[in-house]
Amino acid sequence: MREDAHTEGLLRELAPQVLGVLVRRYGQFDACEDAVQEALLAAALQWPERGVPENPRGWLVTVASRRMTDQVRSEAARRRREETAAALVPADESVVPAANDESVPAEDDTLILLFMCCHPALSAASQVALTLRAVGGLRTAEIARAFLVPEATMAQRISRAKRGIKASGVPFRMPPETERADRLRVVLHVLYLIFNEGYTASSGPHLERGELTGEAIRLARALHRLLPDDGEVAGLLALILLTDARSPSRTRPDGALVPLAEQDRSRWDRGSIREGVALVTDVLSWAPIGPYQLQAAIAAVHDEAERAEDTDWPQILALYELLERISDNPMVTLNRAVAVAMVRGPRAGLDLLETLDADGRLTDHHRLDAVQAHLLEMAGEFAAARCCYRTAARRTTSLPEQRYLEARAARLAENEQNSAPPT
Amino acid sequence: MKYLLLIYDNPETREAFFGEGADELMGEVDALLKELTESGELVGTQALADPSNTKTVRVRGGVPAITDGPFAEAKEQLGGYLIVDCESPERAAEIAARWPNARYCAMEVRPIMEEAGTEM
Repeated sequence: MREDAHTEGLLRELAPQVLGVLVRRYGQFDACEDAVQEALLAAALQWPERGVPENPRGWLVTVASRRMTDQVRSEAARRRREETAAALVPADESVVPAANDESVPAEDDTLILLFMCCHPALSAASQVALTLRAVGGLRTAEIARAFLVPEATMAQRISRAKRGIKASGVPFRMPPETERADRLRVVLHVLYLIFNEGYTASSGPHLERGELTGEAIRLARALHRLLPDDGEVAGLLALILLTDARSPSRTRPDGALVPLAEQDRSRWDRGSIREGVALVTDVLSWAPIGPYQLQAAIAAVHDEAERAEDTDWPQILALYELLERISDNPMVTLNRAVAVAMVRGPRAGLDLLETLDADGRLTDHHRLDAVQAHLLEMAGEFAAARCCYRTAARRTTSLPEQRYLEARAARLAENEQNSAPPT
Repeated sequence: MKYLLLIYDNPETREAFFGEGADELMGEVDALLKELTESGELVGTQALADPSNTKTVRVRGGVPAITDGPFAEAKEQLGGYLIVDCESPERAAEIAARWPNARYCAMEVRPIMEEAGTEM
């Protein structure tokens, strides 16, 4: 069991390095990625029994290369059979090994692969799936399980993503300097999506999805090691650490959601909080400000409050104001409304929500109704609050959220009955 | 996000699917399913047997009562379903619009509830 976990960790670490070597040698990302998967699978079966080879990376490169040569050979044979009439077998670049450039440090390959898998030509779902497989070293079945789709569906998604990369013709090297910043934003977004997918589901019947948070943290750490001078990379790592720290108390054993104000803070992960706070404090002192850093700073303020009532809301409000200035996102305004309510009272928060109603981008969104309901409850307008909780419950497509919102509405209905004047 | 696409039939769709243009319609369906399979959006699809094969089950006072047939004779009947996992509700509606039943009868697009949720 222990041995399995050790092998698993080692394989995930080595996966992008081995793939980098293969792609440099053979040039076909698509086929190389399949070959590496096969090698990983072989290792996962053999190593726990026979022990980890002395040079695990070399072992994987050899096995994956053998698959590649087999494949190239049978591919060439097939083509020869098909082209018996042709006088000349066309020289195929893909059969000729590329210049042996294995002196390139493995770290750079991981970075190049991340950029490649998060290519803007791919859909978000494809970017996520391919990143988990090619960089994370996860198997298709595991990714499919995490996203609750059949393995065949996930396999299709991955091969489509690989076709997309092939079609886009991106060379296996770092994107040009001029594109680097934009491309990095996509990579960060993909890692954030992976984290969120696991975080929002880290309870209930789908425990394995929680593995995604671990994978996102691992990849963000790796990226931070590779790009220590990027403030937003540090910001993202801090944000997901500080958010993940709360996961032990964000749900009840039965899967019900616990709002931040009611969470048992003694169960928060102190180690992650310390690490996240240190990261964000450091990065804010030198990097140009960015949205991930600001969100991390907000998470840090929440995490540092011993009790919910100790939360430094004026500080959170100031951070949301900054965040709103650099990102035009109605969700940020929605969160700012909560901070406004905590600092200046629920009426002020509700007034701000009205501007969101006028904005229109969020009008059908259950989160707007949910926040409105909370603020109305704070203001003592229980009947209106109940109505908003119900609307939010109808609009959400998340079971735990629906349950939470219905429970809030029901609680208000009970209070109302209990406090009704005797007739 | 996953969506259940309910495929509705009426006498007109039945005629179309079993009549002269049937091959063409099936061709349309096959092409769409192939596309959705290749894009990694198709989670599953099934056709349902004729509504006359339906059993309706009700338990009242602990006693199950099983009757033949659907509750009422309806003009529009559920003929099958698809489950797709796609990027947006717009994309789900676009897929529904390309299923031939959308032209003859109707398709219904229903979001499937997720197990995931964020604390409020």
